Amino acid sequence: MAVKAVGRPRPKGGGAVPFAAVFWRLPWLRSLLLLTPPLAWFVVIYFASLVLLLVTAFWTTDPFTTQIVQVWNTTNFERILNEPVYHDIVGRTVLLAALVTLTDAVLAFPFAYYMARVASRRVQTLLFAAVLLPLWASYLARVYAWILILNHSGLLNWSLQSIGLPPANIGYTNVAMWVVFSYIWLPFMIIPTYAALERVPESLVEASADLGARRWRTIRDIVLPLALPGVVAGSIFTFSLTLGDYITPLLVGGAGSTFIGNVVFSNIGIANNIPFAAALSTIPVAIMAVYLFIAQRLGAFEAL
Amino acid sequence: MTEAVTPKTALRLQGVRKSYGQVVAVAGVDLTVEEGEFFTLLGPSGSGKTTLLRLIAGFERPDAGRIELAGRDVTSTPPYLRDTNTVFQDYALFPHMSVADNIGYGLRVKGVAKPAREKRVQRALEMVRLAGLGHRRPNQLSGGQRQRVALARAVVNEPEVLLLDEPLGALDLKLRQEMQIELKQIQKDVGITFVYVTHDQEEALTMSDRLAVMSNGQIEQIGVPVDVYERPATEFVAGFIGISNVITRNGVRLVVRPEKIRMLAEGEDPGPGMTVEPGHVEQVIYVGMTTRYLVHLERGEHLVAVRQNMDALGDAQKFEGRPVRLAWSKEHTFVLEKGR
Repeated sequence: MAVKAVGRPRPKGGGAVPFAAVFWRLPWLRSLLLLTPPLAWFVVIYFASLVLLLVTAFWTTDPFTTQIVQVWNTTNFERILNEPVYHDIVGRTVLLAALVTLTDAVLAFPFAYYMARVASRRVQTLLFAAVLLPLWASYLARVYAWILILNHSGLLNWSLQSIGLPPANIGYTNVAMWVVFSYIWLPFMIIPTYAALERVPESLVEASADLGARRWRTIRDIVLPLALPGVVAGSIFTFSLTLGDYITPLLVGGAGSTFIGNVVFSNIGIANNIPFAAALSTIPVAIMAVYLFIAQRLGAFEAL
Repeated sequence: MTEAVTPKTALRLQGVRKSYGQVVAVAGVDLTVEEGEFFTLLGPSGSGKTTLLRLIAGFERPDAGRIELAGRDVTSTPPYLRDTNTVFQDYALFPHMSVADNIGYGLRVKGVAKPAREKRVQRALEMVRLAGLGHRRPNQLSGGQRQRVALARAVVNEPEVLLLDEPLGALDLKLRQEMQIELKQIQKDVGITFVYVTHDQEEALTMSDRLAVMSNGQIEQIGVPVDVYERPATEFVAGFIGISNVITRNGVRLVVRPEKIRMLAEGEDPGPGMTVEPGHVEQVIYVGMTTRYLVHLERGEHLVAVRQNMDALGDAQKFEGRPVRLAWSKEHTFVLEKGR
């Protein structure tokens, strides 16, 4: 009886078919209803603006009127390719993004390892809160806090002087940017790394010890390779967030700290050359596309 | 194998205890396993058999007691320095390594040179009949094949004692029975001491040289399969191995194994020296090869009798509800220790 009832839902007494039964009979309808709003958002807002960006990049502006000239050409890209200053800016941005990613990976791994595999449940919760807490504060506030620390007369130099060391003038340099970026994006590296580490079964660690591997050997041979997709997933965040940033270079960077984002910003605001800004913006998009392709090959998306 | 020597002790446990908070997992175990023996720890879940295995492997530290491997005290030795290897229940194969790399990992860690290592891995693959699959990843193998890889990965290191934690638990019945025979054969061939954990009594009886029946963290009985089955020391053992057939007569608890009980035909003479008790059949349970009869005795209590299904089918059911006389010989009954 019960089996029959489940297997073939029938309206009682000739009434309307129950609402849920419609979805049961037409599974595609449920998918359609669930997916339409996010897909619409994705296609209209996200995808369309990306296409628009790409199209705009192939237009130019009239040098006298600064009006956009809708004629297909590659002037913007030629300019980026030919002027060494843009090579420097792109190189600096990519290099710093890579450096920040590497720093965060090195810092996050032991922390996430402790969180996932050593700490008690209570400590784990506390550490989780500690990692996420900075994200509650405004990005600007956190960058300004670092200015107060790295400033010439800031907390860092004050501390160094009080123990008799010479001051480290790293405020408003690329070093300051490296420190601040590494700090700001660290949670985005810790969380996926933690998630990946927690999913490494304890029995694999035991099996490794059982086969004669000491703790470090086990971490190197078993835990690290299995957690790598998580680290790569985290690196997508740290790398792309650094790549697209323009506020930190503006606030803690110095004269030689211009990022792609800053050039984009000034071309939109000051120079009013939106096509050139669009052309510049395609560079991080292209870099990220390559990066994501490599990440996908390393299995990063299985860890998300 | 040059000359017959007295068997050496591979593993010795003395007064080993382990508790987790209030829960006592292993409550004082003494145990000696000889070299080359297939020794089984049999018990229901929660009896402490897996904890005991983990204590031997070194994954847990005992609260008290002493663990010796080949005469050497290893109580405080970490697992990576113990001459034991484990076949895990979930196999615990490294998913990012090929089958060959999995099997060779222990040798690699110990610094065995590549040519020698590859040769031994190849031999191990052949032993478990997986030659040619060395390049595959564990997730490209079936459950039975993974089980073999786990076995090969442990055996290839030639440990003093090989520990197996319900290694066949995840396989279906048919495959499990095949693997039981194969596992026993491999153990004979390599001559490594096996300590095997299972909750399957049939598996324990078929494979073991000796077995220990565990309950509540303690060993109830240790012996060869025939002894444990035919002469259970406690009511728990009698009930856990085989069908619990315990009756009290004249203040004594007795066990009669079901296949030792004869159901007499009407007017049949049981012969001399047989105990005969009347009762009636409450239930007839057909189990393929045999049929079980649950008999309510007139003096109270139940006994199960088993008969081979040699006769025509369908005749067994007619016994249900009928009066019947059961007969068994005195030498087939065993008195249980009191107070257990």
